[in-house]
Amino acid sequence: MQNILIIGAASAIAEATARLFAAQGANMFLMARSQERLSGIAGDLKVRGAGSVRTASLDANDIDAHQAALDAAYTSMGRFDVVLVAYGTLGDQKKCEADPDEALRELQTNAMSTVSLLSRLANIMERQGSGTLAVISSVAGDRGRPANYVYGASKAAVTAFCEGLRSRLYRKGVHVLTVKPGMVDSPMTEGMELPAALLAKPEEVARDIVEAIRRKQDVLYTPWYWRFVMMGIIHLPVKVFKRLSL
Amino acid sequence: MKISGWGRYPVVDAQVAYPKTPGGLDDALRACPEGAIARGLGRSYGDSSLGGNMISTRWLDHMLAFDEETGLLHCEAGVTLNGILEVFAPRGWFLPVTPGTRFVTVGGAIASDVHGKNHHVAGCFCDHVGFIDLALEPGRTLRCSPHENPELFRATCGGMGLTGIIRSASIRLKPVGSLLIDQVTYKSPNLRESLELFALHESSPYSVAWIDCISGGESLGRSLLMTGDHAPEGEPEKGSRTSRIDLPVDLPSALLNRYSIKAFNTLYYHRIRAKSVVSRLYYEPFFYPLDSIGGWNRMYGSNGFTQYQFVVPKEGGYPAMDAILKEIVASGRGSFLAVLKAFGRRNANLLSFPVEGFTLALDFKVEKELFPLLDRLDAMVLGYGGRLYLTKDSRMSAESFRRGYPDWERFQAVREAYGAKGRFISQQSKRVGLD
Ligand SMILES: Cc1cc2nc3c(=O)[nH]c(=O)nc-3n(C[C@H](O)[C@H](O)[C@H](O)COP(=O)(O)OP(=O)(O)OC[C@H]3O[C@@H](n4cnc5c(N)ncnc54)[C@H](O)[C@@H]3O)c2cc1C
Ligand SMILES: NC(=O)c1ccc[n+]([C@@H]2O[C@H](COP(=O)([O-])OP(=O)(O)OC[C@H]3O[C@@H](n4cnc5c(N)ncnc54)[C@H](OP(=O)(O)O)[C@@H]3O)[C@@H](O)[C@H]2O)c1
Repeated sequence: MQNILIIGAASAIAEATARLFAAQGANMFLMARSQERLSGIAGDLKVRGAGSVRTASLDANDIDAHQAALDAAYTSMGRFDVVLVAYGTLGDQKKCEADPDEALRELQTNAMSTVSLLSRLANIMERQGSGTLAVISSVAGDRGRPANYVYGASKAAVTAFCEGLRSRLYRKGVHVLTVKPGMVDSPMTEGMELPAALLAKPEEVARDIVEAIRRKQDVLYTPWYWRFVMMGIIHLPVKVFKRLSL
Repeated sequence: MKISGWGRYPVVDAQVAYPKTPGGLDDALRACPEGAIARGLGRSYGDSSLGGNMISTRWLDHMLAFDEETGLLHCEAGVTLNGILEVFAPRGWFLPVTPGTRFVTVGGAIASDVHGKNHHVAGCFCDHVGFIDLALEPGRTLRCSPHENPELFRATCGGMGLTGIIRSASIRLKPVGSLLIDQVTYKSPNLRESLELFALHESSPYSVAWIDCISGGESLGRSLLMTGDHAPEGEPEKGSRTSRIDLPVDLPSALLNRYSIKAFNTLYYHRIRAKSVVSRLYYEPFFYPLDSIGGWNRMYGSNGFTQYQFVVPKEGGYPAMDAILKEIVASGRGSFLAVLKAFGRRNANLLSFPVEGFTLALDFKVEKELFPLLDRLDAMVLGYGGRLYLTKDSRMSAESFRRGYPDWERFQAVREAYGAKGRFISQQSKRVGLD
């Protein structure tokens, strides 16, 4: 059975993904900030058919704790077949504009901490010589938009980092999947007035992620139509793009 | 935010909290001292789950324990029937009772004490519930069951969320030999035969009829009765898992309105020539024909619709159904087809809808002229000793409610005793006088 490590396991997308892996009987190691969330999720995954489920609390911004946490998980599992990095925050863009420290904190959570975790994971996986690193970035990283360019910049960093990492690990038998969801109906977007027709359910995104991991896809836009939406947006000339209030 | 039930009528402006943990539910309750109402998947048609403050169980959807020996599942209230089927149907376990959609939560199924096609043999959903853990106020949760706090259990099952917020419950799943259903379809030319068919097939585990609500005269009450049972094992007929539009019985009544009489006529007189037709199909199209058409509730337009579901007692059931159906046919406003079902005996829950007799459910597009008709129907239903289903309702009066549900005073007394009065209120509860 597959061994799966999930960092940010309390995210709605991560939890929906974990349920699909549980149905396959996978062994899981879950990391998230809240112990209350972790124990609820772990119990649920066991009923749903997971092999073993272990948990550890981790705040991604506690960089000093990263190495020990990953080493402990690795020792306990013996092998990582899939690592899913899912945590993140959709910061308040206006607050970031008014307070540069807030912008830096957003970059810290969404980019710097991810760079730290992925660097360490890359070394573990490289030694192991197998497995998949699946990282949730965002369509927001494809282009900086006035509505959320701080978040977008952090996801752009993750996307570029993963792209380089993919080439580095490709030769070592380790696969890197960059996941770029569009708008998802999760706690992250709670209370935002978004067009219901464009809001994907976490379950749909989860199915796409599991399938992309199985097929060793490099970049996943989910739901699929975001690939075409972003293709259009990426190709808009800057002169036009800067006039749009997206 | 603006929010409504499945009928998209009425629409209210509400604060909706989405707690993510058991502790978060306490916080959400603490934040609404003026009262709140639980919200599941919003498949109730009217205003049962609506109020100024709503607490959604969307993220409280964890499974807690399952006993492989007995089939007893303990899960949080936000777990959906669809979620249970996804996990357990492949392992040979099935829901003891299921409504006509699998997109409802366990909390919602308990609060409406829902019934399915097997009511005449299996009773309501809550007849298969072991216990309920009910949040009464921040930090106070009570377990209730037929043995522990039994009066709270009898009020909570079918209690429309008005006794507290169900945190979790245990349900007895039932073992099945396969995921297939052996179905037999019978046709009946008129109401009397339609009702008699139910008696004739009372030993079938599942039965329900689609009844014509447009034709009068000789054809008044003509119908197709479908009975079913879990197949012991085997293969389905080709394509039955995905079949949708080819069988008119798989269409929502909304679509049938547009296809009008012709579709049913074709089915009725040509497709099924024989008096009965046997088929083997997957459980999904058998139990959930409407679930394959996402968002069909939008087809009635922006004013929304209401589903009118009533039950009349078995004794005198034929004349009652005959008179009410004639009124509906004469109005020409009802959906083309309605669902007809014979209920078995009632249970002891104070506000559970089913009583032994016949129930009819049909859709009406919301428009001004509709309401006087529904008031007339109410008077007839109550006159025959019947009642309306709260989970479908958006407009019955307090007077009609009290006449239909004589146990309402006991229900209020239990709410009073456990401090639920004033703490759990919905738009519906205020309207029907349960505040
Ligand atoms: C297509 C379709 C077919 C249907 N077929 C049937 C059928 O065959 N038989 C039948 O009986 N019903 C049927 N229904 C109705 C449906 O089963 C009920 O309305 C059910 O209660 C909906 O559950 P929900 O999770 O969507 O709850 P909601 O609609 O969100 O809420 C319904 C009620 O349950 C209460 N509630 C929800 N969660 C909790 C909780 N955790 N604690 C306390 N109270 C709670 C709410 O306050 C509200 O009063 C059907 C509905 C549809 C749309
Ligand atoms: N929702 C969308 O529209 C959307 C679109 C594109 C991309 N994404 C990305 O998808 C991923 C999952 O998001 P989601 O939609 O599932 O939202 P979510 O349910 O809100 O999940 C985000 C999770 O990140 C965790 N988190 C935040 N800061 C953390 C920290 N410092 N350390 C550890 N965990 C932390 C949160 O933990 P707590 O529970 O402890 O707060 C939360 O569980 C994120 O990377 C997000 O950027 C989302």
